[in-house]
Amino acid sequence: MSDNQDRWGIPGTYVFDLRLSRRGYAINKMCHSLRLAENRDLYLADEEAYMTRFGLDDEQKQAVRERDWLRLTQLGGNLFFFLKLGATLGHGLYPIGAQMRGESLEDFMKTRNVPGAT
Amino acid sequence: MAKIVAGIGSSHVPSIGRAYDQQKQTDPAWQPLFDGYEPVKRWLAEEVKADVVILVYNDHGTEFFLDRYPTFALGVADQYRVADEGYGRRPLPDFPGDADFSEHLANALVADEFDLTLCQEMELDHGFLTAMPLLWAHDEDQWPVKVVPLLTNVIQHPIPSGRRCYKLGQAIRRAVESYPEDLRVVVVGTGGLSHQLNGERFGWINEAWDREWLQRIQDEPEALADLSHKEVMTAAGAEGGEMIMWLTMRGAMAPQVREVHQFYYAPMTTGIGLLALEDDAGAQDAG
Repeated sequence: MSDNQDRWGIPGTYVFDLRLSRRGYAINKMCHSLRLAENRDLYLADEEAYMTRFGLDDEQKQAVRERDWLRLTQLGGNLFFFLKLGATLGHGLYPIGAQMRGESLEDFMKTRNVPGAT
Repeated sequence: MAKIVAGIGSSHVPSIGRAYDQQKQTDPAWQPLFDGYEPVKRWLAEEVKADVVILVYNDHGTEFFLDRYPTFALGVADQYRVADEGYGRRPLPDFPGDADFSEHLANALVADEFDLTLCQEMELDHGFLTAMPLLWAHDEDQWPVKVVPLLTNVIQHPIPSGRRCYKLGQAIRRAVESYPEDLRVVVVGTGGLSHQLNGERFGWINEAWDREWLQRIQDEPEALADLSHKEVMTAAGAEGGEMIMWLTMRGAMAPQVREVHQFYYAPMTTGIGLLALEDDAGAQDAG
């Protein structure tokens, strides 16, 4: 269990509270900037420079490089913000979710009631 | 005098917007959803005939950033733009506001001790957008209703209690009923139902909880208003915690309500709920 899970006591869940928000502020600020198309282009042109510009620390940069969404969540990234990074990179909600569950996308889709409704 | 003529609870899910924009209304996976909204859309057009919609929603990292995050924010403008959430702007018309009515709401609610952030500009993301075209027909550049967006912080804790949201709804009712113009007002509470989008528990849905919620919010909203965030999030998923925004809608309705329509569908990662309510006039007369 992470520190955040200990505080809230809900397994497999990272409640986005002020402590986690503070931890992930740089990630979320960077992701928020990607709502603008010109920033999405800048990001894709030089990911490292873009991350440095927003002050991500080494752990956060590594999680972004590895597209490790679970790690990014543990480091304070909020899904609503990093979905904009996903949109920039072409990673949709379902692959991101499957990765956080530790499953393949195919296995995750088998757990859904109507997998065609995407 | 203005009055509240309907209360709607509706989920907001980005994939519904995509399906709508891609015209998947008859796609087998999506048809149940669109068919489920149809009776309410018809009822709103033919009987309710609203002038203004107060829509309670949350932003998703689009218009509001964490540098200064309001707990409640009310739109007070004449126009609200459709936002780009990262995928490009949805092909929906911008929304007309009613600045005079908003100003009245702002004055009344602040006087009633709800200290809202007031917004002259507000771009709207799927939290606001999802329900609108499912409930009101629009053409290329026009909506048949004016809107008042009411944002609630449900993404960064501490978020307001369910009780606070319910009381805000009650204050909205008082504010609406003190507006001299004969406006027909619909309050829409969006969000939920059960879903979780973070962590190893991603994809959590609790259909039994959702169906109970659709009933209990009619019959015993006060009991739901007393639930803690941890209780709601444990049962309904972390992001399911946003269901408290339905309590704002419910608080704006009479103590006794009549169900006009109820619909539930949980195809992928969210329990999608729709509930249409009106005041139970008979019960009020009897009381």
